[in-house]
Amino acid sequence: MNVAIPFSAVRDKDRRMVGGKGFALAVMVRQGFSVPPGICVTAEAYRRFVDETGLKVKIVRELNRKRFEDMRWEEMWDTALRIRNLFLKMAMPPELASALRRELSALAGEGPVAVRSSAPGEDTVATSFAGLHESYLNIRGIDAVLEHIRLVWASLWSDAALLYRRELGLDVEGSAMGVVVQKIIPGDRSGVVFGMNPNDGTQSVVEAVHGLNEGLVSGQVEPDRWIIQRESGRVLSHSAPVRDRYVVLAEEGVRVEALPANRAAKAPLAEPEVGDVHRMAMRGETIFGKPQDMEWTFQDNDIFLLQSRPITTVPKKETDDQRPWYLSLRRTFENLKELRQRIEERLIPEMVREADLLAAVDLDGVDAAGLEREIVRRAEAYKRWKDVYWEEFIPMAHGMRLFGLVYNDAVRPDDPYEFMDLLVKGDMVSLERNRALEDLADTVRQDDALRKSLGSGILPAAFSERLHEFTATYGELTVVPRAPQQSTDTLVAFILEMAGRPRKEERRVDAGILRERFLSHFEGDKRMEAEELLELGRASHRLRDNDNLFFDKVKGQLLRALNVRARKQPEGQPGAMPPDAAAVIKEVTATLEAGVVSKEPGGFSVTARQIVGQPASVGLASGVARIVADQADALQFKSGEVLVCDAIDPSITFVVPLAAAIVERRGGMLIHGSIIAREYGIPCVTGVPEATAMIKTGDYVTVDGFLGIVIIG
Amino acid sequence: MDEDLDTLGKVHELFLVQRLAVLSTRSGEQPYSNLVCFAASDDLRHILFATTRATRKYANLMREARVALLIDDRSKDPADTFRATAVTALGSARELEGEEAAKARRIYLERHPHLEEFVSSPSTAMLQLDVEKYILVTRFQDVRELEVNP
Repeated sequence: MNVAIPFSAVRDKDRRMVGGKGFALAVMVRQGFSVPPGICVTAEAYRRFVDETGLKVKIVRELNRKRFEDMRWEEMWDTALRIRNLFLKMAMPPELASALRRELSALAGEGPVAVRSSAPGEDTVATSFAGLHESYLNIRGIDAVLEHIRLVWASLWSDAALLYRRELGLDVEGSAMGVVVQKIIPGDRSGVVFGMNPNDGTQSVVEAVHGLNEGLVSGQVEPDRWIIQRESGRVLSHSAPVRDRYVVLAEEGVRVEALPANRAAKAPLAEPEVGDVHRMAMRGETIFGKPQDMEWTFQDNDIFLLQSRPITTVPKKETDDQRPWYLSLRRTFENLKELRQRIEERLIPEMVREADLLAAVDLDGVDAAGLEREIVRRAEAYKRWKDVYWEEFIPMAHGMRLFGLVYNDAVRPDDPYEFMDLLVKGDMVSLERNRALEDLADTVRQDDALRKSLGSGILPAAFSERLHEFTATYGELTVVPRAPQQSTDTLVAFILEMAGRPRKEERRVDAGILRERFLSHFEGDKRMEAEELLELGRASHRLRDNDNLFFDKVKGQLLRALNVRARKQPEGQPGAMPPDAAAVIKEVTATLEAGVVSKEPGGFSVTARQIVGQPASVGLASGVARIVADQADALQFKSGEVLVCDAIDPSITFVVPLAAAIVERRGGMLIHGSIIAREYGIPCVTGVPEATAMIKTGDYVTVDGFLGIVIIG
Repeated sequence: MDEDLDTLGKVHELFLVQRLAVLSTRSGEQPYSNLVCFAASDDLRHILFATTRATRKYANLMREARVALLIDDRSKDPADTFRATAVTALGSARELEGEEAAKARRIYLERHPHLEEFVSSPSTAMLQLDVEKYILVTRFQDVRELEVNP
């Protein structure tokens, strides 16, 4: 079987072997279009790689950890990352490598190439889901080409592909990835043409930018747009944007540059050239029998066809599944930098200011109607900040992910999450608060008289003062309705519990060495970019953690008002609320919902003996389980127990140092609970949706953080 | 394996696709395993199998009724490690007689029509495992226990 076929030699029978993109290009070459020369690496090469290296079985292992339906999008990202690392680290079998070198060296030696995905079936279904698989531009030299072929192969299992696995018919046995390696034409003007306007079947649309097409496709450069009458080829309208930037080839990859004024003054295409592009699309339609979506570029005055695929329109499905939305949040570096600035300089200070304003109101001093108004005001503030949280804060987490990919590509670590050690060194308020709690516990540890006095309910003035300071700085540990007031007693009891065991220190990682190890892979401008990306990754991690705590301050102020009402009107019915406020109140007062598991089907009692999740922090520990639904439960936590919860959010991080091990329903390696567990070196398994249903407080459990297993009994 | 099935459903599905089970008996301190054709009752509380009385497993069973039975769907593929499903049934086995044996034979032959001659032979014993507990293993390490309610 051939592992590579030049465009000119591809025949109809090779369609599945070369994939949709490669096949369409080969047809274009045969039909006499000017297509940059290229070679299709066949699906057979992919198959040999995964079969001969045993990678296939490892992919099965990754995909079988849990039901896809139970996976959160973070877990899909994790799965894709782990598979990607397997591809990165696996050496190519020598025979396959030399066969590919033989076929590709000449093309790779002529200058920069693009390495693009060409999955079988990609011309049909996959085009409906843009951005499923990777493509790389401006790759130089045969070694780099072979590396990037591997990355394109890995993208067969990208997070987005996993999400749409049904639509794609993705399965380990049958699925394979073709790759197109194609010479890059450094075009001076580029664009796309839609042979049929999706909004009006009598028209076609041409879009063009100065420079490379990547500016347009990635959305970084606004295009000029022409609407054309399909039949006559007459231009009906032309709209021009502010032309201020364009994309050019960099040393590696591409970069955005300011567009010189003389070029900015002119549209990328003259009207006769718009006609040329339109006619090319009409010809493609005749050949393929369907309106085409084509990418093209002009070098000097010659037009090259880069890609052609049928236009697909996908009806949007109505669904509650929010995972596609999450996956659509991939952000570019530039975009994330702007977002970071907005969050740090505007949003978080505004949120803190609002929480402080709410905190300043003396709720005991207002009458019943005033209290109702305060509750509504707080519910509205909560709702408003929650929207900001979803729209601005959550996408910021992609800074970590972006850094993770770059780190893994450069360093190739054994542990695909090693990059987190470099990010966690930011200032996490939740860890700082834990240090303050341990400091209080230290005072008790060193002073037996104080311990005894606290134990018998006497609070010395000096210590009381320190407790006040703690609460003033970090807020109350509990903001839930079940514990209406954090009495000093509960805080003292918790500190006594902490003092009963040695201080838990955070892990010390030499971030300096890791940082150098990462940066040593880059030189010159690239090194500066890498440093900037690291800085962004750190900010992303810090913000994702701290924004939760700040958001909790707003939530805390709503709960405070609800508690005052509960105290003042213990029997009274709450007044009528605007529906939005009522919905918010219902949401914040809801407690943990256990995963629904039928335990008594058909005459059997089902129990879990061993549950598989994700290994989020290594280590092995056993202990008595405690289900923690909220901060009130957390305050009951005893040192050495195993913490079982929905998700550790920063507001209950204070309990983590007491835990022997952690089990979370929520999955993901980059979530707060996983990060904190690794910081303290506590074994942790995440992504166990049934944890709170299958484990009861008091059960003896063993948590294997090496393998991601929880053993019950 | 149908991912959407609950624990019991997975056992049902496995029994539908697999006809053979590994029976473990014991002779003194020495465990002994062999393949048997099996059929399960609708409610999964009983598993039927047959053996001639001259076999080692029959002798073992007559001395020690407690047995384990393993049923799985491996397919000789390396990926089986992570994909295969296995059920271990624990309980006691006994030989059926008279009307009980005749009824069991009918159920057994529905599943294994090609064993007519074997099952009808006077030298063949019809045995029934009364299941006390199933242990279901999926995804390599996910382990559930199904205990028969009294």
